Amino acid sequence: MTITHEVDRDTGLALLHEMLRIRRFEERCVELYSAAEIRGFLHLYIGEEAVAVGVIRHLDPEDAVVATYREHGHALARGVPMDAVMAEMLGKVEGVSRGRGGSMHLFHAPSRLYGGNAIVGGGLPLAVGLALADSMQGRDRVTACFFGEGAVAEGEFHESMNLAALWHLPVLFLCENNLYAMGTALARSESETNLAIKASAYEMPAWSVDGMDVLAVSEAAARAVGLVRDSGGPVFLEARTYRFRAHSMYDPDRYRDKAEVERWRERDPLTLLADRLRADGLLSDQDQTRDDAEVAAEVDAAVAYAQAGTDEPVEELTRFVHSEAVRP
Amino acid sequence: MTTSTGTVTTTYREALRAALREAMQRDERVFLMGEDVGPYGGAFGVSLGLLEEFGPERVRDTPLSESAFVGAGIGAALGGMRPIVEVMTVNFSMLAMDQLVNTAAALLHMSGGQFPVPLVVRMTTGAGRQLAAQHSHSLENWYAHVPGLRVLAPATLADARGMLWPALQDPDPVIMFEHGSLYNLAGELAEDAGPVDIDRAAVRREGADVTLVTYGGSLGKTLEAADALAAEGVDAEVVDLRTLRPLDDATVLASVRRTHRAVVVDEGWRTGSLAAEVSARITEQAFYELDAPVARVCSVEVPMPYARHLELAALPSSERVVAAAREVLGRRG
Repeated sequence: MTITHEVDRDTGLALLHEMLRIRRFEERCVELYSAAEIRGFLHLYIGEEAVAVGVIRHLDPEDAVVATYREHGHALARGVPMDAVMAEMLGKVEGVSRGRGGSMHLFHAPSRLYGGNAIVGGGLPLAVGLALADSMQGRDRVTACFFGEGAVAEGEFHESMNLAALWHLPVLFLCENNLYAMGTALARSESETNLAIKASAYEMPAWSVDGMDVLAVSEAAARAVGLVRDSGGPVFLEARTYRFRAHSMYDPDRYRDKAEVERWRERDPLTLLADRLRADGLLSDQDQTRDDAEVAAEVDAAVAYAQAGTDEPVEELTRFVHSEAVRP
Repeated sequence: MTTSTGTVTTTYREALRAALREAMQRDERVFLMGEDVGPYGGAFGVSLGLLEEFGPERVRDTPLSESAFVGAGIGAALGGMRPIVEVMTVNFSMLAMDQLVNTAAALLHMSGGQFPVPLVVRMTTGAGRQLAAQHSHSLENWYAHVPGLRVLAPATLADARGMLWPALQDPDPVIMFEHGSLYNLAGELAEDAGPVDIDRAAVRREGADVTLVTYGGSLGKTLEAADALAAEGVDAEVVDLRTLRPLDDATVLASVRRTHRAVVVDEGWRTGSLAAEVSARITEQAFYELDAPVARVCSVEVPMPYARHLELAALPSSERVVAAAREVLGRRG
């Protein structure tokens, strides 16, 4: 499939750069996991980069982002410093969540990133509440709530979609449909696999987009975010995507046909965009070499920063169970 | 009705409502949401009239979606509001436990201190109204188990009136348990009753012979038991925990160190109960000052039955408290 959406050189290179940052960051995470420097669950976004990159560029700084446990890409696309994200992966106090959260719980107040939620569907009610606060205080903000198609089976999805529509709240429900909830294929878990149809039952605009094509995602997201901002009400956008890696580092990936994975890899979002830019004469070998080197240097620096990071003193274990401000 | 002594005759329900009204008048960020808090006036009548006074933006009826509206309370708190979420009963709160335990309680810590959640959740608890096995349980201890939450149990008119405001000033999530049998509790309350301390247990009756530790809907029964014991010449002290998390060990232990005997009265089931926690703390910290093992009076371990006589048999009663006190005093009735 060829990409048909218009793109200028600066935008094209910026999109490629952002996706490459996520790709290389996560590839390095795999190495660090093998070296036992990163532990716990590690859910890779590789293959899905076009979604976070295509959507988040349309958010304003004062908008909010709620994501899932597969959120490295969202944090990086949102502008959270890679150093602090990598430090979090290594459990260091310099990490975005001071090493309390790890891969699944990246939080960053300055960019209004509200996690990092490892309960499937758990972020949706929170996103509705953030939007409720904006609505009640007359603020013109959008809350972008990312979740996987697995969340569509959760009651919290239906409760939240209904509440957002009923109260007309400015939430962008962004479903990243990578076809598998861990190992369970969508068709094995949903009676209606057309998620936009399901979402439209809640009386909100709902449609789907090719989640491997960052230009298509970006165009759809621009429209969706604009619609939320202009109407003040919710929108559902499904990005049809695919994870190239297993669910987590523990997953032997027995439930997918290798040929299926290979077919999707042919539509790698980075390759798709690079080929398009080359065909349009907007990307040269020199550009790509330079960008590769720039991203590699950023990742190297992030790893060095994280490895030089500090283990929080055990005496601080119980900090942040409660707020440290004294109650008046 | 105002009396010459500067008190008003009121009820637990009215005191809760007065606290809600005051909070909404004092802080425009405060709003109430939950099932039927609007035109219906709240399942137990607590919010009656508030919709008319504050309007539908601030008194919000929700769909029957406990997880979504509790989670929306968390999000709204993060967004700068001060939501009060009413969940009809603790049994229904099981449907929102994900949001309360996995998000509200954990968010500050797992974000490394970035996101406090100033949320207040009110819910009804307890038995005594023949509502059977899905509307009657005392599951406060489930929440009291969770770091990051503060758990309150107002048992008096003054606490019903005064706990909400300090709960709203707490930067972290607070769950308030209103015992269903207390809503009609009537009595005198100071005209100028206001915020109360939410850190300390309270000695509701002083005594020298035995400490009866309780909270919430069991306070009345325990005070009755103390009266009955007094008639037998036993001087019982009654401690109302008030705050179930964090527990005020100091007040409990100070009392036990005076009386050397303790009975813990708790409407929850005995196994894994708050009574177990209080008993363990007494044993850990004052074992050598005890003259008898700590006794517990809890609900019989059965889903709450409907039939009146069976429900009464399942619940702590003043008679069972008296019997337990006699036991730790080495007396026979």
